[in-house]
Amino acid sequence: MPMMNNIQAVNDALMYEMEKDKSVMVLGEDVAQIGGVFRGTSGLLDKFGSERVVDTPLSENGIIGTSVGLALNGMKPVAEIQFSGFIYAGYDQLVSHASRLRQRSMGRFHVPLVVRMPNGGGVRALEHHSESYETIFIHVPGLKVVYPCTPSDVKGLLTSSIRDPDPVVFLEHIKLYRSFREEVPEGEYTVPIGKGRIARKGKDVTIVAWGAMVNVSLEAAKKLEQNDIEAEVIDLRTLKPLDKGIILDSVKRTGRAVIVEESQRISGYASYLSAIIGEQCLLYLKAPVSRVSGYDIKFPLYRLEEKYLPGPESVIHAVNNIMSF
Amino acid sequence: MDEKYLFNVKKGETLHIVDQDGTYDQDLDPGIPEETLLKMYRMMVLTRTYDEKAIKLQRAGRMGTYPPCSGQEATQAGSVFALKKDDWLVPSYRDICSMITLGISMKDLFLVWMGDDNGNRIPEGINSLPINIVVGSQLLHATGFAWAANIKKENIAVLTYVGDGGTSRGDFHTSLNFAGVFNVPAVYIIENNGFAISTRNKQETHAETLAQKALSYGIRGCRVDGMDVIAVYVAAKEALDRARKKEGPTLIESLCYRFGPHTTSDNPDLYRTKEELEKIMSKTDPVVRFKNYLIKKGIWDDKKESSLQEEAGDLVNKAAKEAEETPPPKFEELFENVFGNMPDYLQDEIDHYRKVSGGE
Repeated sequence: MPMMNNIQAVNDALMYEMEKDKSVMVLGEDVAQIGGVFRGTSGLLDKFGSERVVDTPLSENGIIGTSVGLALNGMKPVAEIQFSGFIYAGYDQLVSHASRLRQRSMGRFHVPLVVRMPNGGGVRALEHHSESYETIFIHVPGLKVVYPCTPSDVKGLLTSSIRDPDPVVFLEHIKLYRSFREEVPEGEYTVPIGKGRIARKGKDVTIVAWGAMVNVSLEAAKKLEQNDIEAEVIDLRTLKPLDKGIILDSVKRTGRAVIVEESQRISGYASYLSAIIGEQCLLYLKAPVSRVSGYDIKFPLYRLEEKYLPGPESVIHAVNNIMSF
Repeated sequence: MDEKYLFNVKKGETLHIVDQDGTYDQDLDPGIPEETLLKMYRMMVLTRTYDEKAIKLQRAGRMGTYPPCSGQEATQAGSVFALKKDDWLVPSYRDICSMITLGISMKDLFLVWMGDDNGNRIPEGINSLPINIVVGSQLLHATGFAWAANIKKENIAVLTYVGDGGTSRGDFHTSLNFAGVFNVPAVYIIENNGFAISTRNKQETHAETLAQKALSYGIRGCRVDGMDVIAVYVAAKEALDRARKKEGPTLIESLCYRFGPHTTSDNPDLYRTKEELEKIMSKTDPVVRFKNYLIKKGIWDDKKESSLQEEAGDLVNKAAKEAEETPPPKFEELFENVFGNMPDYLQDEIDHYRKVSGGE
């Protein structure tokens, strides 16, 4: 199997699906000629031509809004938003239309649309290029939200997202694009939407994470091992629909849960997960559920970004706290 | 387009064919077959009757908020009659006459305003998206839909509408910009009814006309007397034909007037005088104008008129009755249409609903 990083996995999935299905197209700002600012769509223009690989005018609203129309008329658009911090102008179309058309039309129409977005911080970027606002998509009825961490999952889940009949917000962590490589299956490969994975087995505490926080949690787990704490790390991979089972099964075994999110603490996804664990695992819990989150401030300019982002120490701190509860 | 219909949009020229008394420009009249003319008139009368009934039902507490379309029937019927079988309609909330003309049942349209989601389920075989509420946002769907037709090499056109207020939104700009860049087969009609709820044109734009905005997108623009169904038909047909031939999108500004309130929740007395309304209604009612035209053509008379009025009343009453008697959808149906395949968590929510509602 070839070694790939996340951005190569994005490219590989698009190449494969576009070859397989003529209705799949890619559109967005600078996605064709230069292959996207992160090069996720490199080489697609040469292979599939300018009708299916399209540099659009600079308008997130236009990209999402016309993608809705394209999807309604039989295309499967994979739209790229250059950074998730620019989605807000397109959020209206995502919330008011993409997510609702199946519901509004009581099933007559549907919108098979994937919106890819680089998300998250840690690469010393400009303002608006680092935030993690995944909750604003999770909250919308009719949107699926996928946020893989590993190259194999990026390929498998992007493929599943393109094949999904409904709109999928596909988040790609900026820091993970080129941070590591692994073997990725060639050709046909899918990972089902809505299934998490156990990234590391352990019996003492369950750490739930997604995106770049999976690697942070794995690093923490490695260090905790030195203190004889066996942490289980769950990579959710899909945020909505949530694989509730994988969390509950694990917490029932370990009796302890730490949820790690890069986004703000207030009304973050960790709050929801914590509530579920509280509602459904209360009698198994040996300690309160703990949340590790970003702070309720705008994402700082890069000199202070490491202070903002949860790191292994924050996770270790939370685990130690509940271990000694 | 036939040279005689070419108007200079920069000068704000407006295509006008029929006067209020039915007199028409013999040279510009397209000679629409009698049968088609009568069908067009029928749709306009049906819609006017529907509109009046809808307001009554709302006032009587039998229907929710409704956005009347009286005054805009010519703009809507004239353009929909220019569609071909495989073309598509992308309507806004006020395009009742367009939807009725396209074949969407008045019962379904009543259901929407009676708060029943099933009213928005456009039957298979009718090429229309459901009613769209967020002003102007449907324009992008029309652009995307038409763009897909290019990619799929389909020989179709897409017709959509926006109000004068909607032209201030980013969606309007973005749609037309994309439309020009990708040369999409779509026709955008601005139903300039004079008001964005209470806000008049001069507060909406400093531009002299809305049609001239087409120039900045490098697409065709024209202006038409929106009270003149023949003029609207001519302009829309020409634009749709061009679109199907991949000759580019068109922006049409149709000058009409909203006789009713913005919606039944609105009080127009706060922003316009009764005198203004009465003056315009007496001079430019599109349904009356069309009737006068048919009489001038010798194909309409009082007897036919009263029989059509009676029939329209019956049909509208029947549709309203059927809508009122339609039981609401099952609450569970709403969950079934969130995604193509229902995830477990939604099934859990249905189960919860059944439990707390006692299984009803």
